[in-house]
Amino acid sequence: MRVALALTAARLRLVVRNRTFLFFTLAMPMAYMFFGWMIIQRSGREVIPYLLASVAALTVAGTLWGISLQLVMFREQGILRRFRMAPVGAAPMLLSSIFSNYVMLLPTILIQYAFARWVFHMSVFGNLWGVLFLVTLGSITFASMGLIIASVTNSMQETQVICQIVWMLFMFLSGATIPLPFLPKFIQVGALFLPATYLVTGFQRVMIGNQSVFTLGPNIVSLVSSAVLAFLLSQQLFRWDPEEKVTRRAKLWAVSILIPFLLVGLWEVHSGKLRTDAGVDYRTVMQRPVPVENKPQ
Amino acid sequence: MRESIIQVENLKKNYGAVEALRGVSFNVEEGEVFGFLGPNGAGKTTTVEILEGLRQPDSGRVSVCGMDPQRAGDAYKQIIGGVLQSTSLPEKIKVHEALELFSSFYHRRRSLPDLLKRFGLEEKRNAFYSQLSGGQKQRLALAMALLNEPRVLFFDEPTAGLDPQVRREIYEIMQELRTEKKTILLTTHYIEEAERLCDRVAIVDAGKVIATGTPRELKQKSAGTTRMEVKLAKPEQADVLGKLEGATDCRPFDGYFVVHSSAVPKTIVALVKHLEATGNELAGLEIATPSLEDVFIELTGRRLRD
Repeated sequence: MRVALALTAARLRLVVRNRTFLFFTLAMPMAYMFFGWMIIQRSGREVIPYLLASVAALTVAGTLWGISLQLVMFREQGILRRFRMAPVGAAPMLLSSIFSNYVMLLPTILIQYAFARWVFHMSVFGNLWGVLFLVTLGSITFASMGLIIASVTNSMQETQVICQIVWMLFMFLSGATIPLPFLPKFIQVGALFLPATYLVTGFQRVMIGNQSVFTLGPNIVSLVSSAVLAFLLSQQLFRWDPEEKVTRRAKLWAVSILIPFLLVGLWEVHSGKLRTDAGVDYRTVMQRPVPVENKPQ
Repeated sequence: MRESIIQVENLKKNYGAVEALRGVSFNVEEGEVFGFLGPNGAGKTTTVEILEGLRQPDSGRVSVCGMDPQRAGDAYKQIIGGVLQSTSLPEKIKVHEALELFSSFYHRRRSLPDLLKRFGLEEKRNAFYSQLSGGQKQRLALAMALLNEPRVLFFDEPTAGLDPQVRREIYEIMQELRTEKKTILLTTHYIEEAERLCDRVAIVDAGKVIATGTPRELKQKSAGTTRMEVKLAKPEQADVLGKLEGATDCRPFDGYFVVHSSAVPKTIVALVKHLEATGNELAGLEIATPSLEDVFIELTGRRLRD
């Protein structure tokens, strides 16, 4: 743990010196919130928590970009090789990625809250402990997924392509940009198998519905089990050297982190609870009914 | 009898169909600077990276300070230091931060101000890694290799790609380490480096050690001959020149002939007579005492940088 903390401190210093990273972490979510507000401002101030829930979820899920790209860059530049010469194992290296990412996320989410409060005059804050819990859990889960992506890709280009695909799915099909109740029914069903859906709906429940995290059983189970699985796998698949190429078998192992979401997704298809809750949260803020054809049966 | 600090026996490593190491064996004694001299692709880096615990051999036995580098884990990393051939640090890490960070990984730690002073990095302590010159980066790499007062140091081509001035600076640092009786395994393809810095040298080629000894011993293997580089105006057969009086060997090389002679005046006289008889002319002649390069050429028929 001592080594992981030393690496975390070093990586935090590197992050605050990286303008690109700061732009994508701090400025981009604000821009997204601002544009979102431009589109739905007619619905009144009540939509701000809904918007903030989406922005927070995207910020947390977006950590997989930064983590995977940084790790692959470190590997390509031979930086990881230097660490391997020292008594530094894979676990401290990966933990430091997760820790430093989390430490950067907290002020980012705080700034988003402050922005919503002071710029958009948001008056509903939701369950703040629940928000903190989801930021923590979500950052561990999505950072671990980023570690997996970094482990199974061989170059920056490949990493970017995979992150882009994953990110697009998260962004447009999880309810983060287009509210889940507004999506066609078959996409709603597909969204139940996406990790980001559980984060987005989790944030909506605690921020709009003021729910306790204890009511988010499937969300928590899927995020926790996926985080544990992804971290353990990323330790096994971790590569220090750019010359070590990833095997097809390793890539298949990496896909196994989706198993929790597959199981919870099947359960949610059967129960319909998550989609019902998403509809309730949507009606609460938009004060308009969910389109009839998209209502869960 | 005291055991060698580094023992390598019949080390083999393949990369797909390529045989990188074909049974490498050698020993290094404590306090010795041992050179691994060979051309690119000879297997030097693979050998060193196996010794550093960064690569897994296919077969063979390796022992460093009584430990197996592949199995000893962090305990082994605590007692070794090294400069890797292709490595880097994050661009935005400062010199003192890099030293502090890596120092924090070890149980035994050297004083950082002393290291900064010794490697001439005091003024650069707050500079980002990206702001350092090639020589400064290499000095930092050397300083980092010494952070934990290692028992064994591995330097993999530490001066490759550096300009002559910086190379001389690195040589001075390594000379100091030599006088401190550090055990160092140094890979290089620079003859000068091996001759100047190493107590003993192993010449490697195509994944095998082809000769081992002190630079003096290896040069004596050149049979006490003198090297003559002969350039002729017209083509000639090497074996004809090799039969001249006093000549022990002749090989064609880059448009000239390398003739080894045990009696230079006699060989020159015989050469002139031969040229007159065949209507050929001498376009150039250089005479030098044999170097490790000559030993390498004698053993392999190629230059080190071919």
